Amino acid sequence: MAKYTLTINEKPYTVEAAPDTPLLWVIRDLAGLTGTKYGCGIALCGACTVHLNGQPVRSCMMPVSSVRASQKITTVEGLSEDNSHALQQAWIEEQVPQCGYCQSGMLMSAAALLRAKPSPTDEDIDSALAANLCRCGTYPRVKRAIHRAAENMKK
Amino acid sequence: MSNHTTTRREFIKTASAAGAFLAVGLSGAGKILAMSPFSLLGNEAEGEIELNTFILITADNQITLFNPRPEMGQGTFQSMPALIAEELEVSLSQVTVRITDGQPKYGWQQWVGGSNSVQGSWMPLRKVGAAAKEMLIQAAAKRWKAAAADCYAENAKVLHRPSGRSLTYGELVADASTLDVPKEPKLKDPKDFKIIGKSLPRPEIPSKVNGAAIFGIDVSVPGMLYATVQHCPLIHGKLVSFNEAEVRQMPGVKHVFKVLRPMPHKSVEGVAVVADTFWQALKARQALQIEWDNTGYETISTEDYFAQARKKAAEMDGPSYDDAVGDFKAACKTAKKTVEAVYQTPFAAHAPIEPMNATALVQGDKVEIWVPTQSPLGVKDDVSKHLGIPKENVQVHVIFMGGSFGRKSYHDFAVEAVLIAKQAGAPVKLIWTREDDMVNGPFRPGMINALKGGFDAQGKPIAWEHKITGASLNGQMEKLDLNGKVDAWAAETVDQNTSPYAIPNRRQAFIWQPTDIPVLWWRSVYASTNAFAQESFVDEMAHAAKKDPLDFRLELLKAQPRWINVLEILAEKTDYRRQRAAGKSIGIAIAHSFNTTAAWAVTVSKNAGGGVRIEKAVSVIDCGMVVNPDTVAAQTEGNAIMAMSAALKPGITFTAGEAQETNYHQYPLPSIGETPPIEVHIVPSQEAPGGIGEPGLPPFAPALFNAVFLATGKRVRTLPVDLGSV
Repeated sequence: MAKYTLTINEKPYTVEAAPDTPLLWVIRDLAGLTGTKYGCGIALCGACTVHLNGQPVRSCMMPVSSVRASQKITTVEGLSEDNSHALQQAWIEEQVPQCGYCQSGMLMSAAALLRAKPSPTDEDIDSALAANLCRCGTYPRVKRAIHRAAENMKK
Repeated sequence: MSNHTTTRREFIKTASAAGAFLAVGLSGAGKILAMSPFSLLGNEAEGEIELNTFILITADNQITLFNPRPEMGQGTFQSMPALIAEELEVSLSQVTVRITDGQPKYGWQQWVGGSNSVQGSWMPLRKVGAAAKEMLIQAAAKRWKAAAADCYAENAKVLHRPSGRSLTYGELVADASTLDVPKEPKLKDPKDFKIIGKSLPRPEIPSKVNGAAIFGIDVSVPGMLYATVQHCPLIHGKLVSFNEAEVRQMPGVKHVFKVLRPMPHKSVEGVAVVADTFWQALKARQALQIEWDNTGYETISTEDYFAQARKKAAEMDGPSYDDAVGDFKAACKTAKKTVEAVYQTPFAAHAPIEPMNATALVQGDKVEIWVPTQSPLGVKDDVSKHLGIPKENVQVHVIFMGGSFGRKSYHDFAVEAVLIAKQAGAPVKLIWTREDDMVNGPFRPGMINALKGGFDAQGKPIAWEHKITGASLNGQMEKLDLNGKVDAWAAETVDQNTSPYAIPNRRQAFIWQPTDIPVLWWRSVYASTNAFAQESFVDEMAHAAKKDPLDFRLELLKAQPRWINVLEILAEKTDYRRQRAAGKSIGIAIAHSFNTTAAWAVTVSKNAGGGVRIEKAVSVIDCGMVVNPDTVAAQTEGNAIMAMSAALKPGITFTAGEAQETNYHQYPLPSIGETPPIEVHIVPSQEAPGGIGEPGLPPFAPALFNAVFLATGKRVRTLPVDLGSV
């Protein structure tokens, strides 16, 4: 066990964990932020997607020991708690989630995409979200919501 | 999943419990949305009066409606309160929704499956709302010494028409709750609906975009430990020995012991590791050295299963369902031409992104369990049976499911969590890994469907036989011997009721191929496999008769106006009769399941480098009256994508007793980029509601492969298939 200081959603967290503990379980079980989900454990489904310094990463395969206190971790709770982020609003307007379990990861991948490409094409979305799996089949609405958020962010 | 019809007796049983649990108070209750497991349970806030079992109103007019149908993404947090609110005359924006917890007072409806929520609750919950409204009106009339006929309800108030006076429901609820519950309240005329039929937003959606929604896996209970289980990799193997002492010494580990995963037909043994954190439990599990006894199960293989099923389908007639007409065999003898085909569909995993999990606490003979489940009633039954305790000793907290598709109505994981918590003597959260979920099943059974048809000299279809061959869900779960018997549940989209093609000599049969592979209903159940065969074969017959597949269907369905209407709308929306460019084609299929008729038209085009791609998918769906059109669209979009998964992506295979696909790299799901544009058209209807969670799935695959045949000349009869290689 070792002590780690992490910066999650601009707040410091000090946790004790084995060095190989995936960031996912630190965020969920030690920091208590359960919006980030476990789906596959091998970086295939995208449910565990968070941002590390603004870049989307799969937290289920990232050991906590590889993350420095200076690096900013953003989870879905950090998009906004009051649903004021353009993507969250678009997600509500398009009624995207069904069960909702994969949506945190979808939103985090979409947020990173819009930062890199404020006006993404369908192909950009297909590529950026290629490894975010949804079993309910919300993909058509995810796509519509990303376009809607992109439009709204320009206004 | 049988179609549960509501009887009057059941409604009265539900409604008559009302009035028995009265509590009077005055302080207001805060809004509680499904934010934490504890509020999901519905801790009754002070000051709420139960007007009847599903409605709580405070003196300051805050209204809580109970949803008896667990939420797995199908929209019950909106559709169920909509049914009550419509008749109660309150708007959905002024109510709080809570899930019921399996207590008997909430009745038989506390489960989801069989696309039953709106179908089954349509009358009972409207009556709940209407009865409460009548009680509130009576209470107002009494207070005003007016005639009830002069009073009406609107926007959570009762108004007196002659004087214009009004009282809020909050001001009336204490009086109203002392009145008898009307047994047959008057229901609204559908033309007066203000809520039902509108695409209103689902109340829990905001909590699903900021991490606030609590799913089963997110539950946290004070003092909770985490558990993981290593089940025998060979299905049904027995535990001989394991290195308990060594693993017990690993960091954070509290317990290492044998545990049972009970299933209806068999049990699987495993080793549970209980630790302070889930990662510690997983690490310790990796250090387990276990000796298993696999005697009797080391030969299970899906290849053998399919070979045996094909042999039986070729050699046996099988017992007929009781809806046979004419004489199929005699008609085949006189037929001028016959056509035969055998179709194969794979075993499939439900693979919800949230794997199985449950959190349990056992104290003496009492159990408390937090579980993502399709049925708190089922959890109570299963836990009480396995622990030998009364059902009322099992308190269930119904938590959002992160997907289910049938899986979370099978409570092996819930009972396993309870057994672990009992032995650990502490609250325990059991989480199955993705691999645990994928290799252990239960699965949609792989099926063989064998069809034969015959034409007379004029090219008219005169003979038709469909033999459903494979595992019986009912048979496995109830341990039945189905040799020589039909599975009464297996014929959806095949029997005359659900596939009314007018062919004078028709028989439908079931041939049992038992298996030890655990099987379970998977979204749309047998319809998901039957309809692929049924509707592909209708197409094969049409081509054999040199008829257009739409015209062929329209002719055989002449006596079925709702089917004809669906097909005609589909043709119109897709401009079906337009000539398409070479290499581009449109395929159609129609199927009736869960009391809804759904059709798809799928357009495909040939790729330059080989194979085909899906350009567009258009659905027309007649599900009777609709509560929320946007939910119908969402479910139908999801059904198309789940149908693509089962048709185009690998299935689950067993070799030497072991599932070969362990995670999403070997059992990939369709991705966003593989999803074509999807259109859903709902047929306007005043008929009774049908289901919507499943009926969109069965006709998708046959429509797709009927299009593939037209584009390529290749008839796909064995799934899965890669579209890049057809």
